[in-house]
Amino acid sequence: MTPAARTGLYSPTIRERWRQPRFRGELPGVTAQAEDVNPLCGDRVRMMVRLRDGAVDAVRFTGDSCAICTASADVTAELSEGRLAADAARLTTEDVLAVLQADIRPTRMRCVALPVSVLHKALAP
Amino acid sequence: MTLDVTTRADFPILDRIVNGHRLVYLDSAASSQKPRAVIEAMAQYYATSHANVHRSIHTLGEEATALYEAARDRVQRFIGAASREEVVFTRGTTDGLNLVADALGRTLRPGDEILITDMEHHSNIVPWQMAARDRGVTVRSIPLAPEGRLDLEAFERLLGPRTRVLALAHVSNVLGTINPVAPLCVRARQAGAVTVVDGAQAAPHLPLDMSRLECDFYTFSSHKMLGPTGIGVLWGRRQALEALEPTRGGGEMIKEVWIDRARWNDLPWRFEPGTPPIAEAVGLMAAIEYLDKLGMERVAEHERALARQTVEVLQAIPGITVYGPPAGVDRGAVVAFSVEGLHPHDVAALLDQGGIAVRAGHHCAQPLMRTYGITGTARASFSVYSSSEDVSLLSHALAALRTQL
Repeated sequence: MTPAARTGLYSPTIRERWRQPRFRGELPGVTAQAEDVNPLCGDRVRMMVRLRDGAVDAVRFTGDSCAICTASADVTAELSEGRLAADAARLTTEDVLAVLQADIRPTRMRCVALPVSVLHKALAP
Repeated sequence: MTLDVTTRADFPILDRIVNGHRLVYLDSAASSQKPRAVIEAMAQYYATSHANVHRSIHTLGEEATALYEAARDRVQRFIGAASREEVVFTRGTTDGLNLVADALGRTLRPGDEILITDMEHHSNIVPWQMAARDRGVTVRSIPLAPEGRLDLEAFERLLGPRTRVLALAHVSNVLGTINPVAPLCVRARQAGAVTVVDGAQAAPHLPLDMSRLECDFYTFSSHKMLGPTGIGVLWGRRQALEALEPTRGGGEMIKEVWIDRARWNDLPWRFEPGTPPIAEAVGLMAAIEYLDKLGMERVAEHERALARQTVEVLQAIPGITVYGPPAGVDRGAVVAFSVEGLHPHDVAALLDQGGIAVRAGHHCAQPLMRTYGITGTARASFSVYSSSEDVSLLSHALAALRTQL
């Protein structure tokens, strides 16, 4: 086991989502999108949303980011798909952390938070 | 005997165990560690001599003033300044660059140009954008040639009668490139431009001599050269400093004040409003004494050897790209690199699990990152206590890294 795995910074979920993200890519028929950067590291994430009848029909993300931020974007997309837009807009960093199951230090918390805040921006009225 | 053997025991923090490993501190370009001599000098000052400087007519005030001004003398000798009046204490390099950009900016007119370079730190870009804003002034930039050096032909094309300022780094904080400051400043002066040099990554590592650098202003930070945070130096050629109007007012920087006007103090106090960082000046003086004892030629030689070793061992690891000029005379004590398939922050986080501290990200040089088409790099950087073993530990950790995520 690697040292990182022992301390849990890069949990199995983060590794898996980083290696093979399920929601990375372009989204045909996108109806709402937003993009932002993490000023600390320059990471960039774009969240694309397709809304249908007030619900989140599909979400995809693109960008250039670290393993934690990429995994967070992937989980954010997964958690918001199928929800009412108003519910997806209330998704929190804590919801994503619950799925990532990792020991994220304060310095990396913004890596988790960026995709969530970008999703909020995309869904803002 | 290499320099680190003499110095390591002087840096208490190097005894730290981080994540179960001996600390391997390779982030000195961001901020260096401090020798016991600096820590103790500041503690001693606070324990025995602290008072406000210049205006206190009592024993402690006199002692504090004597120490603060002795620090200025020490800096003057360290950088080869012509006089102590040319040494202004600031809060750091960023503060020094802002001071000069703000003051020079007020002298600029529509159509004037400020020339910077593509390898500048944000602190030598943004203050000039602010100086140019709303004045019809344009910021232009010297591009890079291959191997991370400045494109000198482009410099000649960009330098013209409208160029009023040339601002550039002495040593790049990412590429490690040591720029040919003196010839560039001579050319800029011939074109009628004021020259400003960001010495943040040079002062801790190279022997400095202001009488030979040919620039008008030179600025650096204490905390990157074994001294405390919160203090830095702006050196200005006397005529250049005298031509600057102070932009920040307060106590200490004046001779006489009326309700509607004031008369400025002499150099260098004209640019030091308010209570200065006194304990920090004492600490900086101790840091310079420490560096002088080692000898800056020896410091430069030690770090050049480490940079060469790092470039060589990292280039031999598959999947690692090293940025900047080849190891040699014009390369300073930083080595930026990327690991194929891994984000720089993940590289830094994984190395930290082994007690190895490196910097990762855009290094406050986003225009430079765009030149290379990347968002960031990891960066190893050195100081007097860095060792060949540190570099070996880094390379072993990196060789094993790609399988870890």
